[in-house]
Amino acid sequence: MEKFTRLDGLVAPLDRANVDTDAIIPKQFLKSIKRSGFGPNAFDEWRYLDHGEPGMDNSQRPLNPDFVLNQPRYRGASVLLARENFGCGSSREHAPWALQDYGFRAIIAPSFADIFFNNCFKNGILPIALPAAKVDQLFKETEGREGYRLTVDLEAQTVTTPSGEAIAFEVDAFRKECLLNGWDDIGLTLRHAGKIKAYEEKRRQSEPWLFV
Amino acid sequence: MSAQTLYDKLWQSHVVYQEPDGTALLYIDRHLVHEVTSPQAFEGLKLAGRKPWRVDSILAVPDHNVPTAHRDQGIADPVSRLQVETLDANCAEWGITEFKMGDIRQGVVHVMGPEQGATLPGMTVVCGDSHTSTHGAFAALAHGIGTSEVEHVMATQCLLQKKSKAMLVKVEGALGKGVTAKDIALAVIGRIGTAGGTGYAIEFAGSAVRSLSMEGRMTLCNMAIEAGARAGMVAVDDTTVDYLKGRPYAPKAELWDQAVAYWRTLKSDDGAKFDAVVELDAAAIKPHVTWGTSPEMVVAVDGTVPDPAREADPVKRGGIERALDYMGIKANMPITEIAIDKVFIGSCTNGRIEDLRAAAAVAKGRRKADSVKLAMVVPGTGLVKQQAEAEGLDKIFVAAGFEWRDPGCSMCLAMNDDRLEPGERCASTSNRNFEGRQGQGSRTHLVSPAMAAAAAIAGHFVDVRDLL
Ligand code: SF4
Repeated sequence: MEKFTRLDGLVAPLDRANVDTDAIIPKQFLKSIKRSGFGPNAFDEWRYLDHGEPGMDNSQRPLNPDFVLNQPRYRGASVLLARENFGCGSSREHAPWALQDYGFRAIIAPSFADIFFNNCFKNGILPIALPAAKVDQLFKETEGREGYRLTVDLEAQTVTTPSGEAIAFEVDAFRKECLLNGWDDIGLTLRHAGKIKAYEEKRRQSEPWLFV
Repeated sequence: MSAQTLYDKLWQSHVVYQEPDGTALLYIDRHLVHEVTSPQAFEGLKLAGRKPWRVDSILAVPDHNVPTAHRDQGIADPVSRLQVETLDANCAEWGITEFKMGDIRQGVVHVMGPEQGATLPGMTVVCGDSHTSTHGAFAALAHGIGTSEVEHVMATQCLLQKKSKAMLVKVEGALGKGVTAKDIALAVIGRIGTAGGTGYAIEFAGSAVRSLSMEGRMTLCNMAIEAGARAGMVAVDDTTVDYLKGRPYAPKAELWDQAVAYWRTLKSDDGAKFDAVVELDAAAIKPHVTWGTSPEMVVAVDGTVPDPAREADPVKRGGIERALDYMGIKANMPITEIAIDKVFIGSCTNGRIEDLRAAAAVAKGRRKADSVKLAMVVPGTGLVKQQAEAEGLDKIFVAAGFEWRDPGCSMCLAMNDDRLEPGERCASTSNRNFEGRQGQGSRTHLVSPAMAAAAAIAGHFVDVRDLL
């Protein structure tokens, strides 16, 4: 997994609550058996004026000028600012894959859907939950000033605004450690293989019907 | 020991190891796999030179991409076909049991698992699909997981998890005639919102939940995720035990007795503490219909579409306005004046035999309205289909002008050929009404099977209680 330590990035605001995984990556793109290449179809239905299907040349498609991420001032953004319950809906990891492939490495919102939140960590994206009033403030600042950037420091657990205001955020110690080091979860877990085997043995005794 | 919730018991019995910050390695008993969220996991496993830890814990089935008509011709869309073939190849390579497209047991993964007795009380169940919460109806701890986690579970038989908080949703009293588990689910989501359950595992309890069949309990737990909760669950009782008896993957002979004795302990202790409690009066719940683009945008069938002008919160007001615009309906319009183009009866929420019976009871001796272009019934699995045909339900549907299809996810998410055209409006028994869910520009109204059948007959939403 890609490491995440510190990020100084341009911020893009997506001012909608309950942005669901179907909106982040429409289902026709889920038929791929690969992990990469979803970026050009992130937010496909909002982003383009025509209907997207896998295999199209996305660079030739008409962009929706009203969709915020299409505004030139947000090109190259790596921090996504969002509203409540971001990433609700399905468990599909195609959503963080698409966001990551688009270029986002951090997402700031008042709240996230549970499975999506989890999936972000597995893909080197840092989801940051901040109080709604703070998020509101960041929306105003982002929209108010072209080229608005934030610095995200995972080690220090802070988001710093251009004026130097450092906003603290919470993150689980274990997830933080994994992300800082770019550790592979599976490798970490397999260090406990002996414990897993011992546990299995115990369950085989107490609930033998599970192992027939 | 202090009084424990059902969730505490299920959690505790599966912790293999715990990190100092509370992140636990949770042992997984049953891993269900479908074609959409597994190919990248299998590939990752192979690239890392790893192999599945316990092949016998895995059951696979293709469901999202399969056609529901003309199966003998295979899958026309090459991209869909490749995904299903990739699942077949991966299962063959590792010796994983798969119910392929021609198998009578094939169908929506969350209907198939319980039907086979592959979901048992006291188990942890995962699947790369958010509606895995369905299996909690059996007092199992059932989570939807992402593809990285699918790979993690395959490789280690464990999931890294932090314990959620516990919420009790208590529904007391008797449901009225024509009111179903789906209406309870929608009423709960209407009450707490789609993020109301975020961070919680929900236990559904109370006399109304006890009186539901296993099918109804599965419908309820299925929609726990729409309330934001990763898991939903119901305690074990006679209904649970009776349902499981004799199912292919359920324990047999003396193991059965031993299992049942253990299963009977799977309920919250008296006095167990929950972090949140929500109470509903079953008798007050009416048939529900969603009007917007989120399951929380829901009202009773005798209600009206909300008026954004009456919403004080600007973010919410904007949400309502956008939803009304997308759905092509007006504020303050009675729900029963909303006319529909198509009807979809099926999915992991409402594709079980009892759902088909409820819809057939309404369709019997009646005709679909001419204005309704298509009313399709998609059984959850081949076995559900067989049972329905044995009961003559297919004939009732066909006589009423409905189409009788083969099992799969179908128009729940329109990954196969079953979809709405832009702007079309559907009465759907599925679980999500997001923008574009049933096809680009599609407009979905979530309802129970009986309400969907009633809408097909009338051409618009009606209170099914008037037809019973
Ligand atoms: S029926 Fe719908 S919600 Fe259920 S698993 Fe299939 S696509 Fe997902």
